[in-house]
Amino acid sequence: MSTREALAVATCVIVFGGCAGTAPRETPNLGRAATQAEIAGWDISIAPDGRGLPRGAGTPADGALVYAQKCQVCHGDKGVGGPNDRLVGGQGTLASKTPVRTIGSYWPYATTVFDYVRRSMPFFQPHSLTDSEVYAVTAYLLSLNGIIGEQDVMNAETLPKVKMPNRDNFILVQPWKPRVQ
Amino acid sequence: MVYAPSDASAASPPETPSGMTTPGAPLSPYGSPATFEREVTRTLIRSQPGTTGAGASRTPLEALEGMITPSGLHFERHHNGVPTIDPAQHQLLIHGLVARPLIFTVASLQRYPMESRIHFLECSGNSALMYGATPPTLTCGQTHGLVSCSEWTGVPLRLLLEEAGVDPRADWVLAEGADAAAMSRSVPMAKAMDDAMLALYQNGERLRPENGYPVRLFLPGYEGNMSVKWLRRIKVTDTPTMTKDETSKYTDLRADGKSLMFTYPMEVKSVITRPAPGLTMTGPGLYELSGIAWSGRGKIRKVEVSADGGQTWAEAALAAPVLAYALTRFRIAWKWNGAPTVLKSRATDDAGRVQPTRDELIAQQGANVVYHYHAIQAWRVESTGEVKNVYA
Repeated sequence: MSTREALAVATCVIVFGGCAGTAPRETPNLGRAATQAEIAGWDISIAPDGRGLPRGAGTPADGALVYAQKCQVCHGDKGVGGPNDRLVGGQGTLASKTPVRTIGSYWPYATTVFDYVRRSMPFFQPHSLTDSEVYAVTAYLLSLNGIIGEQDVMNAETLPKVKMPNRDNFILVQPWKPRVQ
Repeated sequence: MVYAPSDASAASPPETPSGMTTPGAPLSPYGSPATFEREVTRTLIRSQPGTTGAGASRTPLEALEGMITPSGLHFERHHNGVPTIDPAQHQLLIHGLVARPLIFTVASLQRYPMESRIHFLECSGNSALMYGATPPTLTCGQTHGLVSCSEWTGVPLRLLLEEAGVDPRADWVLAEGADAAAMSRSVPMAKAMDDAMLALYQNGERLRPENGYPVRLFLPGYEGNMSVKWLRRIKVTDTPTMTKDETSKYTDLRADGKSLMFTYPMEVKSVITRPAPGLTMTGPGLYELSGIAWSGRGKIRKVEVSADGGQTWAEAALAAPVLAYALTRFRIAWKWNGAPTVLKSRATDDAGRVQPTRDELIAQQGANVVYHYHAIQAWRVESTGEVKNVYA
């Protein structure tokens, strides 16, 4: 390729910036193909319908043990009264002058509890819990909030089916319509 | 700090200042602010007891001029500290609803066509104390300093998404950071394909660690936390992921108990930064009022200033350049007679949106909202020269 040809590409972009809008701009293509194993190792996010939830399971009783060791010092006994975010209670307060926003009173999706605990908790040791421990802590917090029963098992099948009490009280202002509701 | 230093203590002719009689300090590999400016710093406010890296630090707006925030004074908001990332080890994965999942090194991103744009970044919780029953007795920057403005340079996200080949079913992308909070937010595909940038440079140099080094997402006009720092993963999806920070946080609880979700643009806003709390007036006479205005919906069209508590208004001069999604500096001369008064500024953007009063804002959305405060700010100037935050 001559110098003139090589620079022509850049000239098109510089002088006719709009040409990128009508035809794909030539780009360096320096991305390396990601393997499924690599993606599986990095993809920790959980969709609200449960896609992405891993294997494993936990009950509220299992979760109480994990909570006492790993969570209670910051979030208090049974999710109340700790120095950091309150996790339990507050249902019925959102329209008052002193709303109490907790997992039970505010969070719209149970899957978010699993996602958030797994990606960022415990605060000083994120990514240290097993998936079953995360399911167990999630089950414990949902149980403390009266959303599931004390014997209910949380896993990839059951967690997405949990309907959070505040689920229908969010108004989506971003122009977005789910394709399948 | 005083608004304009008195010259009473300055060396007067014919005295020769010492800097003219001895050689000055040597050259230095990386410059620092003057030692006399040591008190111009960010104010650190931790939001989570028992932690050191969760919280925010605020830009000292009353000490700054122009439209650009020095990188070292850009506000910070972290959810679990600033990670130390070796750019040689950092990678960005783009996957999900794409034809070709791709992994990019930082070095490879630096070979892509880049854009440079001057944009503000504002935390959606900026000025949140103004929702309280009594006005905060803090400096201007401590109250409103979760906004900063930089020149950002980087690669349009669109270019990388096009290389990966976006599936027609895709409506969103999830952005995830490589910090201990694994901060994650869903971004509408329309924004991702429009002006979203993978920023590598801030004010001409590589990003500061606290601003996402080595690569961050930047979404012009949108609430700051969506511009995910230390970006390591983009997942193309059909629905929002409903992460913690777009459900339990960064949603706007109204008085009726319902909450607005996905309130992305930061609304039209302005604040007078001189005079302002943190500065003291130095007696009656001619002053220049100076402030900043911005809108997450476009450019600033005009800024009106009142020196009589809002009874009369005059249009301030806007300093060029006036750019979309950037801080705009406004200035106007003011002759102060020394009597107590209240100063206000009111911005209008090119979408025609006018900054509301505090009463109007709270009437519209209730007082339980934590985010997106953008009401007209009133500063009371006392006859002593002290400047106070007031609800007026």
